[in-house]
Parts: sequence; structure tokens; C-alpha cells
Amino acid sequence: MSAEIPGGESERGRPDADREPDDRPSDNHPAEQVRPDAHVAQEAAPTTREAQDAALVDQPTAVATTEAEPEVVDLRRGAFGAHDTGDTSGYGGLRRPVVFPAPAQRPLDGWWEGVAQVLSTVLPEDDVTFDAAIEKIVTDRGEMTLYVRREYLLPVARRLRDEPELRFEVCSGVSGVHYPNDIGRELHAVYHLLSITHGARRVRLEVVCPDADPHIPSVVSVWPGNDWHERETWDMFGIRFDGHPSLTRILMPDDWPGHPQRKDYPLGGIPVEYKGAEIPPPDERRSYS
Amino acid sequence: MSDQTISPDPTEPVRTAQRQAAELDPYGLTDAEGPASGRVFNVSDYGDWDDVAEEAAALGEERIVVNMGPQHPSTHGVLRLILEIDGETVTEARAGIGYLHTGIEKNMEYRTWTQGVTFCTRMDYLTPLFQEAAFCMGVERLLGITDQIPERVNIIRVLMMELTRISSHLVAVATGGMEMGATTVMTVGFREREKILSVIEMITGLRMNNAYIRPGGVIQDLPPGAIDRIRDMIPSVRKGLRELEALLNENPVLKGRMVDVGYLDLTGCIALGVTGPILRATGLPYDLRKVAPYCGYETYDFDVVTRDTCDAYGRYRIRIDECYESLSIISQAADRLQSTPGPVMVEDKKIAWPAQLAIGADGMGNSLDHIRHIMNNSMEALIHHFKLVTEGFRVPAGQVYQPVESPKGELGAHLVSDGGTRPYRAHFRDPSFNNLQAVAAMCEGGQVADVVVAVASIDPVMGGVDR
Repeated sequence: MSAEIPGGESERGRPDADREPDDRPSDNHPAEQVRPDAHVAQEAAPTTREAQDAALVDQPTAVATTEAEPEVVDLRRGAFGAHDTGDTSGYGGLRRPVVFPAPAQRPLDGWWEGVAQVLSTVLPEDDVTFDAAIEKIVTDRGEMTLYVRREYLLPVARRLRDEPELRFEVCSGVSGVHYPNDIGRELHAVYHLLSITHGARRVRLEVVCPDADPHIPSVVSVWPGNDWHERETWDMFGIRFDGHPSLTRILMPDDWPGHPQRKDYPLGGIPVEYKGAEIPPPDERRSYS
Repeated sequence: MSDQTISPDPTEPVRTAQRQAAELDPYGLTDAEGPASGRVFNVSDYGDWDDVAEEAAALGEERIVVNMGPQHPSTHGVLRLILEIDGETVTEARAGIGYLHTGIEKNMEYRTWTQGVTFCTRMDYLTPLFQEAAFCMGVERLLGITDQIPERVNIIRVLMMELTRISSHLVAVATGGMEMGATTVMTVGFREREKILSVIEMITGLRMNNAYIRPGGVIQDLPPGAIDRIRDMIPSVRKGLRELEALLNENPVLKGRMVDVGYLDLTGCIALGVTGPILRATGLPYDLRKVAPYCGYETYDFDVVTRDTCDAYGRYRIRIDECYESLSIISQAADRLQSTPGPVMVEDKKIAWPAQLAIGADGMGNSLDHIRHIMNNSMEALIHHFKLVTEGFRVPAGQVYQPVESPKGELGAHLVSDGGTRPYRAHFRDPSFNNLQAVAAMCEGGQVADVVVAVASIDPVMGGVDR
């Protein structure tokens, strides 16, 4: 799975001394290759990471980067969580993009390619082209993610369930993820499909919708068990699943304002006193991110 | 399969007003410009109960809607069942949940990955170690260190999960019996569970909410004498299980209550995404430990128990038989633990928790050797400890879905990282949440008394359902 690794030389070249190797293939975690016993000194002096980064450029995986662009969903600023006061850390100018794995290039590995091929064969029968329906395919950490354009979610879902070679007969539910800084693609609905027929194969569908138009077709007609999961995702994220038999709140009270799992919804909480000191609520503490 | 509440879709104007209210103050109705000036929302605005009553009156029939729960001793915690009954027959059953929603997933976004364990262990409080295992294996896959997990850690995890499986199944049988009025079943079941919990307590320090499995390993090795204790426990629990079986298996009263009750066949299970004993009671040997092994389950000798009755009785028998299989796995794990010494954390010091715990004069805490090292010998070690504990480790951006076979079905942890020290999103696909959707399919057309049996056979735990 080295083909879809994001990053590569362009990122390695950035002068971010303190940058963590967070988008690198993690089976090449630096600590096992570079001075496994030198972690202590590293923590004390972040600049030693430069040497570490340089060492990593020699890795074969680093050059195996494809042309595919990794997805940048956010930009992280500074370090050590000092956002509220003056920057005394010297890292206030740090800018690190939050990069998600890049799309995979066809052909894919193993049965993943089979799934893609079957889909591209059968989707035209529904007057849908593969490229129109599937925005991209990401294969990362042994899992396949199909990014499905929401207009075509239902035909893709039906085919995934019904085609004998696919037969994803169980949907383990949908959960939402909110990326407020990914403009125009703020809300993601993530479905996890399971094929018992083919020995517990799993595929993830990811459907994106903008915050301004949070509509995604409901797949309850395909997988009835998704009923409550979609209600929960509506409740928590405000994604409206069109065609759901009764899209009402499920965990929060019926009259609750807002959708609590969204990133713009505060966690809340009150400061507490502990041994004479006042501890702020969790969302006001330092985050170090 | 429409398991919605009875209320009609909220009207658009109400939603708009709701949205506006949310924009003003997400918590709503607490500050000065709350209820006085704004619109006050309550359930009757949506018509929930009034609509039902009105509809019933308009039909002019002897139709009764019973609100069973959320405070009802037979609904497994704060589950609300809305039953429409005609005489003794349930014509419509709906489940209302959310009374135990505590925002665990939201809270996890504000703590480090390691602290997340402490939260997710409290979801389904009868299977704490399964949430921990799913979460930690997910984190490890995000980090890409799955194959660096020491062998001993995997054995300990299997051991702890199987102990938890027995204790969860015993509670399922015990409370199920109690809800049918058989208190002896309850006392026997809880007595046996206590034996398991005392072992878990010896190993983790706590009976429940253990926070024992951590990203990269487990928080401490087994204490001295633990393996002997486990070996002593196995025959004792086996005897207790046999006692339960002798009491229940061919008991005419129990069979009268359970056979052919709560029927859900394979088609229904697959359509509703139902897993666990309910699915295996339809004859399908689907068990993630076999079909998608993790933690080395493929190296253990055990059978997947199935039945073909599709009813509550079959699920009960599966639970008891799975306890025997778990005991067998536990005994195999105990043998391996004796011959597999080794660390209980990954070697990677950027991830591994810096200190092992030890019992000191003032209770349990970081081991004195470690304290001496960081306070006397190494400033760098102190800094490292401080950074790792307060700041946490960074996890490469991406997402994983890590399923495990919990006693109740497929428990999945969907974890998203943005490369930071905290989960960007942690979602748990709790089996009880999904399986509760089957209440309508299992209960409609049956008797009111069968609702209790059917719900007990799903074995929902509201802490996991509502999270």
C-alpha cells in the first residue's frame, strides 16, 4: 500500500522543524528506524527532527508517491496549543496542513480492483457512469473507501448490495464527520459495508455534502437497519437523509437546538476546583494540536 | 422496518425556528433572552403523545397505547417501549432511546487518544474491555503499529475479552430470568459473574470501567498469582454454568416463555444489520473471531455456537454455550501466558506509556523505579514523561473502522484522526443500538408478556445504545 501515501518530497522539504511525521506510512514509524533509544533527547530538542526527516527521504516509500493529490482538509497553526496568549514558544508561525491520504491509482490491490471493475461494469445499466458516481477511491491502512457523489448514492448502494460478486448485504451504519474548514465539503457521511457472503469483506462509502445544503439520500430502502444510524447522524450532525421514513432526533431530546457533534458546537462544561486551583472545562484547556 | 417514533416529521417552520434558536445559543433557553423572549419548545409541539391519543380516539376502537419505560424494571435500563396493544396482543412496538445519552463521543474529541480509553470503556458498561480493545486496535492501526504489539499483549487482551464475554452473557441470562420473574436465575447468574469480576478486578484493579487496554498494549502486566487464580476460577464457573443449565435448559416454564418468542430469521437479521447471538440463533455461524480474526484468535481452538430456532430460547442456549467456549479460550490463554513472558507495551517510546504501575504505601501509582529514574537520573526522561502524558502522541491523519465481536454482536470503532493528539472523531457502532431496531420485528403480533422476553433476548445495554 505504498502507492497512495501522501506527502513525499514536497512535504519533506518544508522547514517545519517540529513537524511530526503524521502523514507518513505509519509502518515506517521513525522511532523504529532512527535511533530507537534516542526518544528522550528528541523530546528535549525538537530540532533534531530535521536529521530524522533527512534520514527518511532515503526510504523507498518516499519516492513511490503518485501524482494524486492528497486531500487537504484543514490548516493547523502553531504548536503547544498557545492560541489565546502571546506566542512565547517560537512556533507560532508554524503552518501545517492536515492532509488525508491521496486517492489510489487503478489498478488497485487484490479484490479491491474487482469491486471497482464490477461497479464500472454494472453501473452503466443504471445510466450512471463509474466516474460520475465514484469521485475517488482511497485505499489506506488495509481499508477501501469509495467516495460516492451523493446524487448516485442509491444506485451504487443497490449494486453493492445486489451484485453477486459484491454482495455487501449488511450496512454497519453511518456516522458523520464534520470538517468545518473543508469549504463546500463540510459534512461527510461514512458508511461501513460488510459482505458476509465474501468472508467479512468491508468497504467504506464516504458521501460528502456542503453545510449549506446538507442533503444526502437515505439508504434505508436498501439497508433497513440504517434507520436509526441515519437518525443519529441527523441528530448529531444535521445531515438530512432524504427519503428516510421519519428523520427525527434519536439521542437528543426532540426540542434540542443544534447538532452536538458538529465542530462548531461547543462541548460546554464548567470550571472545577481541585486542591485550590481552578481547572477550566475541557474545551478551554490546552489542546497541543 | 420503520422504527421511527410515532411523531410525524417536524414541520419546517419549527425546524427553522429551532435552527435560529441554535444560532443564538447552542445550549438554548438558559440565558436571559431564553424562554422569556424566544419560543419555548416542548414535546407537544411535535404532537408526539397527543397525536397518538387523538388518533386513537378518532378511530373509536378499544386501542391502548402503553408507554413501557423509561423507568420500568423489565426494560434493561432506561429503554422506553411504546406499545400499541389490542387486548393482550401487541400490534405496534416502537423503542424510544436516548435517555442515557452522555456525549461520550463528543467528550473523546477533547482528550488525548490514551484518555479516550477511559471514556469508551463506559459506553456498554457490561462489556468495557471490548470497547477498549476496539478503540485501541483502531488507534494502533492508525499508527500502523499493529504488528509491533507484543505477543503477550494479544494474549492478555484475548483473556480479558473472554472473561468479559462470560460476565456479559451471565448478566444477560440473569437479568433475562429476573425479568420473567425467576429470581433464582438472577442470583445464580450474578454469583457466577462475581467470580469473573473478582479475577478482572485482580488484574485491572477495577470490576468495571477498567481502562486497562491502552493504545500500544495494556497498562500493566498480570499481578503475581493471577494465572493460578484464573485456573481456580474456571472449574468453579463451569460448575455454576452447569447449575444454570440444569435449572433452565429443559425447564417447562422457561421454555414456555422463550420458545418461538422474539422470532427473527436470517433475512430479518441481515436486513436490520443484526449480529451476535441473535444472528447465530438463525444458524449462520458468523463470528468475527473466526471470519476476521484479530488479536490472534485464529490460533485458539474454539467453536462458533449456532442454533436454528431463531427465537429467544436459542439465543439463551447460545449464550450459555459461548460461555463454555470462552472458558476454553481462557484456559488456553492462561497456558500461553505462562510460557510467553515479555513486555506489555510496544517498544516505541514515542507511543508507549512511560511508566508501569505498582502498589506503593499510598496505593497504586507509577512505579517507584520510574519515579526515581525521572526525578533523580534523567531530566530528559522527565520531559518525555511529562510531554507524553499531558500532550499525548500524534496519530497520522486518516480513518479506520475496527470491528470486534462483542458478546452482543459487532462492535465497531470508527476513528478519524487529523494528525493531532486527540481523536478528530470517534464513533462507536454499538451492537445494542443497532439490534434494538429489531424490537418491532420481534414483538409485533405477539403478546405483551413476550415483549419482555424478546427485549431481554436482544440484551441491550443502554449505556452502549445511547453513549
